Amino acid sequence: MSAIEIRGLQKSYRVYQKKEGLAASLTGLFRRDYRSVDAVRSIDLDVEQGEFVAFLGPNGAGKTTTLKLLSGVISPTGGEARVLGHVPWRRENEYRRRFALVMGQKNQLWWDLPAQESFRLHEKIYRIEPDTFAQTRDELTALLEVQSLLGRPVRELSLGERMKMELIAALLHSPEVLFLDEPTIGLDVIAQRNIQNFLKHYQQQRKITILLTSHYMKDVAALCQRVVIIAHGEIIYDGSLTGIVDRFSGHKVLSLQFGNETMPSDLAKYGEVLEIVEPKARLRVDRSKIAEVLSSVLANHTVEDVSVEDPPLEEVIAEMFVLSAEKNESAAAPVDVH
Amino acid sequence: MRFLPIVTQIFLWTAVYAAAKSGDIAGYSSTDIIAYYLLTMLARAFSSMPGLASGIARQVRDGEIKKFLIQPIDLVSYLLLARIAHKVVYYLVATGPFALVYYLCRDYFPGWPEPTVFVVFVGSLLLSFLLGFFLEASMGMIAFWFLEVTSLLFIYMLFTFFFSGHMFPLDFLPTPWRTYVDFMPFKYMAYFPAAVFLGKIEGDAMWQGLFIQACWVVIFVVACRNMMRAGFNRYSGFGG
Repeated sequence: MSAIEIRGLQKSYRVYQKKEGLAASLTGLFRRDYRSVDAVRSIDLDVEQGEFVAFLGPNGAGKTTTLKLLSGVISPTGGEARVLGHVPWRRENEYRRRFALVMGQKNQLWWDLPAQESFRLHEKIYRIEPDTFAQTRDELTALLEVQSLLGRPVRELSLGERMKMELIAALLHSPEVLFLDEPTIGLDVIAQRNIQNFLKHYQQQRKITILLTSHYMKDVAALCQRVVIIAHGEIIYDGSLTGIVDRFSGHKVLSLQFGNETMPSDLAKYGEVLEIVEPKARLRVDRSKIAEVLSSVLANHTVEDVSVEDPPLEEVIAEMFVLSAEKNESAAAPVDVH
Repeated sequence: MRFLPIVTQIFLWTAVYAAAKSGDIAGYSSTDIIAYYLLTMLARAFSSMPGLASGIARQVRDGEIKKFLIQPIDLVSYLLLARIAHKVVYYLVATGPFALVYYLCRDYFPGWPEPTVFVVFVGSLLLSFLLGFFLEASMGMIAFWFLEVTSLLFIYMLFTFFFSGHMFPLDFLPTPWRTYVDFMPFKYMAYFPAAVFLGKIEGDAMWQGLFIQACWVVIFVVACRNMMRAGFNRYSGFGG
């Protein structure tokens, strides 16, 4: 049985359309115009036990909504979902003891208390055995190197330190499924890497199932074997990270460094010129023509150095979002890439 | 600071009785009224719940309430335990000053009541804590439907202040109001325990009052639970 099973999951919000001005506000007291916003249109997804899956998508794509549905914060408009065999929005205590949700922008710790007090509270709330609690806490604090910060009020911690505490609080009850909503948001590169290393290590040790949303491609590249891309409330890609480039990018980037001879002026015939800084040039070349272009360049010019690269992942994904938005406008039908 | 108004109250009522020229108003002598005031102050120390409803409203507004959807913990039980802890700390700190004030004002009291009366008095103080808690928690749950409840809570506060008998004994109210007040839960949060202590409510009426107070508690326990359930469903249906 899969750890997470989602079938035709839908969620639409009713949003009050407020018009500008006092007169409109008064009318709004009696007659309100609502608009329905489809946050999640129809999602099917299976995640196996022990998978580390990333949810990618632009803001408002439905990633957070999906995580909220799976953690039972909101109930769906239609469709089904089971996590560890439970229907999340029934909010059974048995289920609530088996998962955790960490939101990068919201904190669960008590602001004025030291983190260790919040941990104690979690011990009681989740009914963790005292021995297990102490052991897990010590292990997690050691891994994240925050032993010395346990007694300091949470409001005095830096953002990165606080995030580590949030993670510990979420993992104290050894959840089998972990939902992470942008856990590295606003963190510096070092703090990000710390969190990534910790998550990677923890996931490999415990083999828990993790669903992560993030805007940082580095998070995803470091952690997830599987990537699910959501745009406009639908899944438009489900596969490996490298697969994204293969499937969605129609071109490669060719970088050339020319020898002593002057730069050829007719580079445009090989492909779109991205940048020329003598003696280097970067070209965008159709993927299908890359071999042909390369041999022709090498035959006609003295080239000192050459490299062929995939375009940056962010670029490919951004391109894909734009594409899916266009398709979405022209036809409301789901975009199927499988 | 809580004790400062006592002085004004003593002056005020002394003046009122001097002007009235009769020894008692609605069955209260001038010393009764001071004792009554001191007793309602004690009752309010049990039944008032500063920040409970507005705290729930704030948690709903800023989404902190999610915690109670995600974690295996019951919102109402949690708030109740937190409030008990809060009150215990408060009593620990306040016992000294309270004892001092009561000692200084001991001449206003008619003396210790009979043991049965005292038991009912203590029982109704404890029930007034529960009533205050569940009534105000229910008010807080309204925030699931209206995001902005400050003005509503203000009206509620005025109601409790006036109809609980905190300002003056409810026996002073003219006829139609006196009857209305008997059908409201507020009087059990200050007037009732004080009136029992002073022997203004006796015998069967006393036990009956305690029973009705217990019924109000049950009503608001049920109301609070149902509002929480409905509120959570609404929250998860619309927002999140």
